[in-house]
Amino acid sequence: MFSTSPAFKENAHKAIADVGLQKALTRTKPHFQGRRAKAVEGLPEFERLRDIGRDIKNHTLANLDFYLETWAGNVERAGGQVHWCATADDARAAVLAICERVGAKTVTKGKSMISEELAINEHLEQHGITPVETDLGEYILQLRREPPSHIIAPAFHLNREDWEESFRRAHTDLAPDRVFRERRDILTEARAKLRARFLAADVGITGANFLIAETGSSVIVTNEGNGDLTQTLPRVHIVLASIEKMVPTLEDATNMLRLLARSATGQDFSVYTTFSTGVRREGDLDGPEEYHVILLDNGRSAMLGTEFQDMLRCIRCAACMNHCPVYGVVGGHAYGWVYPGPMGAVLTPTLIGVDQAGNLPNASTFCGKCESVCPVKIPLPKMMRHWREREFERHLTPSAVRTNLALWGFFARRPGLYRFATRIGAGVLGWLGRKRGRLSRLPFAGGWTAGRDLPTPEGKTFFARYASEQRRQRGAS
Amino acid sequence: MSSREAILGAIRRHLHRGALPEDQAAMLRARLAAHPRHLIPARSRLSRAGQIALFIANVEKEFGSVVRLPDTRAVPGAIADYLAQQNLPSEIVMAPHPALQAIPWAERPLLKRRAGRAEASDLVSLQHGFAAIAETGTLMLPAAPERPTTINLLADTALVLLQASRVVGAYEEAWDLLRAERRDPLTGGFMPRNVMLVTGPSRSADIEQTLELGAHGPRRLHILLLDDDEAARATPESAPQ
Amino acid sequence: MLQASPRVALFVTCLVDLHRPTVGFAAIRLLEQAGCQVEVPRAQTCCGQPAYNSGDREIARDLGRSILEAFGGYDYVVVPSGSCGGMLRHHLPTLFDDDPNLRARAEALAERTHELVSFLTDVMGLERVAGAASGSVTYHDSCSGLRELGVKAQPRRLLEGLGLTIKEMADPEVCCGFGGTFCVKYPEISTRMVADKTADITASGAETLLAGDLGCLLNMAGRLKREGSAVKVRHVAEVLAGMTGAVPPIGEAG
Repeated sequence: MFSTSPAFKENAHKAIADVGLQKALTRTKPHFQGRRAKAVEGLPEFERLRDIGRDIKNHTLANLDFYLETWAGNVERAGGQVHWCATADDARAAVLAICERVGAKTVTKGKSMISEELAINEHLEQHGITPVETDLGEYILQLRREPPSHIIAPAFHLNREDWEESFRRAHTDLAPDRVFRERRDILTEARAKLRARFLAADVGITGANFLIAETGSSVIVTNEGNGDLTQTLPRVHIVLASIEKMVPTLEDATNMLRLLARSATGQDFSVYTTFSTGVRREGDLDGPEEYHVILLDNGRSAMLGTEFQDMLRCIRCAACMNHCPVYGVVGGHAYGWVYPGPMGAVLTPTLIGVDQAGNLPNASTFCGKCESVCPVKIPLPKMMRHWREREFERHLTPSAVRTNLALWGFFARRPGLYRFATRIGAGVLGWLGRKRGRLSRLPFAGGWTAGRDLPTPEGKTFFARYASEQRRQRGAS
Repeated sequence: MSSREAILGAIRRHLHRGALPEDQAAMLRARLAAHPRHLIPARSRLSRAGQIALFIANVEKEFGSVVRLPDTRAVPGAIADYLAQQNLPSEIVMAPHPALQAIPWAERPLLKRRAGRAEASDLVSLQHGFAAIAETGTLMLPAAPERPTTINLLADTALVLLQASRVVGAYEEAWDLLRAERRDPLTGGFMPRNVMLVTGPSRSADIEQTLELGAHGPRRLHILLLDDDEAARATPESAPQ
Repeated sequence: MLQASPRVALFVTCLVDLHRPTVGFAAIRLLEQAGCQVEVPRAQTCCGQPAYNSGDREIARDLGRSILEAFGGYDYVVVPSGSCGGMLRHHLPTLFDDDPNLRARAEALAERTHELVSFLTDVMGLERVAGAASGSVTYHDSCSGLRELGVKAQPRRLLEGLGLTIKEMADPEVCCGFGGTFCVKYPEISTRMVADKTADITASGAETLLAGDLGCLLNMAGRLKREGSAVKVRHVAEVLAGMTGAVPPIGEAG
């Protein structure tokens, strides 16, 4: 996918001015934060499940080669094929090869962030194959030719009127007097249109929330049932999964599932949690005849053994972005690539380079809310700071920032000089603000004063006052 | 070098080691074989009656419905009544499961039935429940020739026949049932091609984050719960929330 | 162990030093009331967060080393800021991962370091502070204090003990958008965040906004004053120490 991450600031500027987006973003609190809080409150063991979830993932990552090989053996035993793909190019080629071999004309798709990472739709279209997104949110985004703005609620940025407008434009058979007053009407229209697509598809592509070594299964978690129709009706099922989706056993997966829906949508469990293992068995009346897993690395193995390894625990629940005050202001598109919010701020630089995505780990106040809700306790702020360190080491930090830091560092390392400089600074600012206690404008602080006043110092520094007080006390005693 | 070896090699290189030594691999194989359970939440650690009550409460919380029936003889009438109540035609597609075929359907001759997989034109389906999990009101529906997956998905109204004796507390207990009872013809293991855990009817919140039922799968999920478990008929210790 | 009269080093913080010395004197008064012997090591400037959070570990380490020198010999180190307190308590040791000796010293220092209000209640066992006050306040939970140091109930308990009414915001725990260098790197986002915060503050109906971190307070006061709000803004220590007469509210003239 093409990245606009370098333009994060401009993207954010537009997002803040976008009335529709801002209206949509007000839903974050009641719908995501409120529901998660309620679900967590209803399960007293949740904190301990988080620790266990972290430990399961750490154990798996430490032995990832073993579990991948075990899993692949079990996939093959169940009649499936594993396509090991080191790069996005390899993965796109593997998907296309399968589709072309079976003569696919249309391909239905369940929601998959890997699919976005690979830009698989564009690739298929270029080769004359029609991909059809079947998740309701993804479907409307495909009609609008927009990327998702959220990893579990792709059309989070849209309002009802956007849906109606897109449907009227794309569904040319709609009667002009057809009403879309209720959400129900929109859903009914989408369901009817997509039902035909499910039945006609030659290949179904889904993502995977987990891969299970013990059984060779892939797991998808959905509420709509579109993923299940996608993988059940066509003759061929292709799973897109990255290597870190692995867990060892069904019991391990079960622990993760207790965390996933609660963290994501605030449900105790999603409507459909489906474990797929290989091809249609003898005597089965339905299910795919071919089962392929596109196993993608695309930079993930290189995160092992680094300060970013913990990020591979991520189960893509979106709790971090749902609770991020920055995401809550700018929405997902501002981040400029597939993965927005705190998890995106850590992951995106590893996948497309910190030179491209350097803004993302910087655009955080380190408020720590993301880490506090992460179901596998990923230290997201810490890893964003590691990206800032890498930027600094590689001299990617803007030169003005470096100069200011160096200047400040020069004084801060020399307490005597520092006292002298701060005494002057506090004095000047205090004098400037003596009438109102604040300034509305200040050169070099335009960012601050554009939207707020700058309260001015009392006048004398603490250390100046403390020193004279000490002198006075000594004089008095 | 194959891409498989390239990826595995990269993983090992970054983990600063070679392939796992045999003793460590043996430990991991033993963990897979033992598949140890983790923490099971206390909420489902109840008497049989308590678990059934919790299951029903959770299904209803997730917008499904449950009717308790004394035995299979009551099934045709319960289905006919439900369909009439919902203004649905008296016609179902049902999984070709022996337990469903053994139901005395003749008592309701007007209820039309077809056994097989579901098609897009089917309005009402009847599935056989393998097991269910009280913890979240979840059905376990493993695919088999007698339990087609399309039956779970294509009809607008999904009916599921479930024996109360098959309701367990936690997911782990349902996995154990699957492990104990099922042999896969292809792999020799227990895992079928597909296991669906279903919790309530299909839904979407993609439009303005507001819940609408019946996105692509069934809009209604109605469970016919056969009271075949003596212990489950007792009064539960406490009403689940 | 609670000592009769522990020797406490006050880490003033650069913002209090430069901007609002009264907070430092309020901290000294509160610590002395709680029975501490307070000293203010002279060789202190800043905890190093601006460098640390900008990826410049070298400056952060240099400052860290001088903090270890200046604050090594005390029973406790107390900081009137959750964010600087969090830096000393949680982050300073990680700067010395490659030096076991310094790492051990930093860990020892971290264990003895506390945020001011939680130190008074949790370590010194203070149930209430001297004095009385009236009116209504709302309390903003600064991020580091809340999530790194567990400061939440302590200030509220002491404030209520003074006779103040606490009118909670709808979401007192959400970040105000200050974020150190964040507010100058991403001023537009920061401004929107603080505007959401001030809306919540205003809706609480409280007369005064309190918090334990001067950075957040300057940010919120700056926005409130820009909006023409009459809400008074103060550091919690000023109120607890009964020193509101010594200095006008933040962003207001005396």
